[in-house]
Amino acid sequence: MSEVKQERKPEEFAGREYQAGFITDIESDTLPPGLNEDVVRHISAKKNEPEWLLNWRLEAFRHWQTMTEPHWPNVSYTPTDYQSISYYSAPKSQADGPKSLDEVDPKLLETYAKLGIPLREQEFLAGVAVDAVFDSVSVATTFKGKLKDVGVIFCPISEAVRDYPELVQQYLGTVVPTGDNFFAALNSAVFTDGSFVFIPKGVRCPMELSTYFRINALNTGQFERTLIIAEEGSYVSYLEGCTAPQRDENQLHAAVVELVALDDAQIKYSTVQNWYPGDEDGLGGIYNFVTKRADCRGARSKVSWTQVETGSAITWKYPSCVLRGDDSVGEFYSVALTKMHQQADTGTKMIHIGKNTRSTIVSKGIAAGFGNQSYRGLVKIGKSAEGARNYTQCDSLLIGDKCGAHTFPYVEVKNPTATMEHEATTSKIGEEQLFYCKSRGISEEDAVNMIVNGFCKDVFNELPMEFAVEANRLMEVSLEGAVG
Amino acid sequence: MLKIENLHASVAGKEILKGINLTIGAGEIHAIMGPNGSGKSTLSNVIAGRDGYEVTQGTVTYKGHDLLAMEPEERAWEGVFLAFQYPVEIPGVNNTYLLKAGVNAARRHRGEQELDAMEFMQLVREKAKLVELDQSFLSRGVNEGFSGGEKKRNEIFQMAVLEPSLALLDETDSGLDIDALRIVAKGVNTLRAADRSIIMITHYQRLLDYIEPDVVHVLADGKILKTGDKSLALELEERGYDWVRAEEAAA
Repeated sequence: MSEVKQERKPEEFAGREYQAGFITDIESDTLPPGLNEDVVRHISAKKNEPEWLLNWRLEAFRHWQTMTEPHWPNVSYTPTDYQSISYYSAPKSQADGPKSLDEVDPKLLETYAKLGIPLREQEFLAGVAVDAVFDSVSVATTFKGKLKDVGVIFCPISEAVRDYPELVQQYLGTVVPTGDNFFAALNSAVFTDGSFVFIPKGVRCPMELSTYFRINALNTGQFERTLIIAEEGSYVSYLEGCTAPQRDENQLHAAVVELVALDDAQIKYSTVQNWYPGDEDGLGGIYNFVTKRADCRGARSKVSWTQVETGSAITWKYPSCVLRGDDSVGEFYSVALTKMHQQADTGTKMIHIGKNTRSTIVSKGIAAGFGNQSYRGLVKIGKSAEGARNYTQCDSLLIGDKCGAHTFPYVEVKNPTATMEHEATTSKIGEEQLFYCKSRGISEEDAVNMIVNGFCKDVFNELPMEFAVEANRLMEVSLEGAVG
Repeated sequence: MLKIENLHASVAGKEILKGINLTIGAGEIHAIMGPNGSGKSTLSNVIAGRDGYEVTQGTVTYKGHDLLAMEPEERAWEGVFLAFQYPVEIPGVNNTYLLKAGVNAARRHRGEQELDAMEFMQLVREKAKLVELDQSFLSRGVNEGFSGGEKKRNEIFQMAVLEPSLALLDETDSGLDIDALRIVAKGVNTLRAADRSIIMITHYQRLLDYIEPDVVHVLADGKILKTGDKSLALELEERGYDWVRAEEAAA
């Protein structure tokens, strides 16, 4: 439009170079690429797992072999060769088993420092316990003692399998069954680690639990398994942050997260995902195919999913709530940013089964550059869900004219007493808004950041304080130069 | 303060301004009046530096510098301010936050220390009183859900905070009821200063009853056809614009 000044090309929208792109040099104990029953057995043996878990894995593996990769998401990519991936990689120093942060490989700590998440500082300043997952094995868990005093269990899931086998066996796979979908089945077969959280009856977890994930070894798929159980009347806030170093080949990440909330329990699950999105030509980057689901099993239970998704080449995830208990509440607050050649097909599922169940969905999608994103959401009101209510709001913001935003809302209502509200908007960062800011002395980049952060405000307000600050910063970094 | 010479500008290839000449001294208030489509808003947008306005000929000199060579934000730092005809809403962006970013960007540019949150809030509270803007507006989203009158008051409030050397008021009176007009005018009058020039763009003489201009220009068909004192505005009110055009044609 402008003839006074040359318009910026969409190619320039590509955000600032990925800041977390470095590779830590730690010797890895890595399986050769390929997947068969022996690999599954090997993983299970490496972790000294009980028989039942091996059988559970094998069942999942056999199921997986009969399944095909789904192609319904609105994304395109070169198919993954599942035989070219290595399914196990553990930092070698793990053999000695660090007992405190002091024993952790200094190079690992350095890596975290580069990412701006010094464990120790967090420990002291933020009062946050960190279960750091480096590649596939947890190497540092802090604050365990404090948590233990109130009966909270927060540990790597492999440890939970060893120390609390009954709990794990009782709940594992009850929210996301082994055969739920292609990626969940794969995860069930080969998951290496992840977090386990158990909040006993009536306990309010005294601190926010936080896990920073990091994918490191070359060509290693990462399969996290997280299980959080909140017993009657308990409360927990769980923070998940992810960033990965730079890589040329696509990396598959297929995590499974299961949440169980019993009567009057509350779980708040917050994610900031900043994995490597690929380079400016769309080469490389993480394939983030995740299954996250909460079972609001108890009456008056409540689960909130809050996510800020700014990384990954492809994101495919639908944190969902099964509202089984009467008067249970499900919430989903999401900001997804796709820039450069990133693609995201994300949203949620709210399955209303109990009476007077309520769900809220607030989704904010921002597309810049050649980014493409879809909101896909299902709200299902079952026959038994007398008086169920849902409110859905989907807003999309486009930056430039080479990007795309789509909305696929699915609604199934089988009970006539249900109340449904849906609002959707799509807007462009207006030339008017930009000019308004500039005429007040604000540079174009600052103006874009300001407008985008304003757009995301409803969701950022839902984040715990530490994450809200990080999310703001992340959006700023990601959007640098993304002006249209 | 501002010197415009033979300014020609086009929008989407169509020439709107066809040779504007205008000189505004420090401390002066000039009113630019004219019929719809005469190029009034184009002129203010060119001065403020909006994209999409192509200057094909002529110069604009501001405080001795080539204004057209500057980015819009640089112009703001140098003291140019545009009060918008239709202020845009920016949802979720705090009104005060936007202003603070603007004020501090200008201070950085001038090599001054940035105002901290306390100092800024003090400044803002004081200035909000000038236009009788309720404190609650300060923490709301920029123009978000403001009425037409509130938006215009917010513009003058911003002007008060940013303390420009050259303020362009683009139809600040339009859409205001008489009470709001009085408040806005009072605000502008308070901001009159020996080192501050103001250009008021308006359709109506009414505004000039409240803010008395030193000079009145008639802009029509992309040119300034007539310049006079405030009596010219009264004459326009009475006779419309056609006689000015006729005079020009005869000359």
